[in-house]
Amino acid sequence: MTVGIVIVSHSPDVAKGAADMVRQMVGNEVPLGFCGGNPDGGLGTSVEKILAAIDQAWSEDGVAILVDLGGAETNSEMAIEMLPEDKQAKIVICNAPVVEGAVMAATEAWGGGSLHDVKRTAEELSAQ
Amino acid sequence: MAPPLDLLLDTLAARIIAAADELTALDSAIGDADHGLNMKRGFEAVQAERAAILAKPLGEALKTIGMTLVMKVGGASGPLYGTLFMTLGKELPAEPSVADLARALGLAVEALKARGKADFDNKTMLDVLGPLAQHLAGSDASLASVRALAAERAKATVPMKAIKGRASFLGDRSIGHMDPGARSSQIMIEAVCDVLEGKA
Repeated sequence: MTVGIVIVSHSPDVAKGAADMVRQMVGNEVPLGFCGGNPDGGLGTSVEKILAAIDQAWSEDGVAILVDLGGAETNSEMAIEMLPEDKQAKIVICNAPVVEGAVMAATEAWGGGSLHDVKRTAEELSAQ
Repeated sequence: MAPPLDLLLDTLAARIIAAADELTALDSAIGDADHGLNMKRGFEAVQAERAAILAKPLGEALKTIGMTLVMKVGGASGPLYGTLFMTLGKELPAEPSVADLARALGLAVEALKARGKADFDNKTMLDVLGPLAQHLAGSDASLASVRALAAERAKATVPMKAIKGRASFLGDRSIGHMDPGARSSQIMIEAVCDVLEGKA
């Protein structure tokens, strides 16, 4: 089992494209969930879809979420708060670019990194 | 006397849905042009749950409105307005007084600050709702004074520079436009005042 990765973008296409890049890098060995678009399918984010993506990527080792813009983060935080507390403690949102962050985070997860390592690796991208 | 919940809900939803184009236009100036559409989608979803919401006591009804907005809005305004309604639902008694409302709104404002990682003067809905909570806590908040305050505070966001949300990307260029969330908050406050005055 490795840490799971969730990609949340305003655009379903960006979310799927980033997920494709993650899959190319780490295959199917890292649990992965992704979602994009508002409840009508337009640009935006949806708490319902984020909850489903977290469920899909669920790992007892933890789940790292990568988000693109403002509402994606707010909606992801809301989604996390709607989960039971023991699950909440195993989910982090990474402050990192969504595409590069997802690939870096997944690579770290694939290598056996802890949730803390995965978050730190993704966030190293933002430090530059 | 508390106004009937059905009239409050219908007026709130109708006003927000009618203002969709105006809110989206405000948001296109400084954001991602979706606030009106998102709020319309949210309140249409709330109205789809109308019968179930009206069957509940006030607190539960407000919580359901908030949860529906969280799930259906599709932008940051979903968790924000969702947090507002859910906190009011949690804190208000079945027959709230103005003092109850002031207290609950004050707590909702704190919850919104945490949710949006924002503060006053960041050019957000907080710039309308925060002063309103304080005003209601004062001794004689007339409906006319509430209306005037909401309008004045929404207008006060025009010269502010956005610090939070997509508008903050614009930096100084966000100055000169009213914040869409401040405006939607003002519209909701007006709707509640109209219901209380029998004008809705």
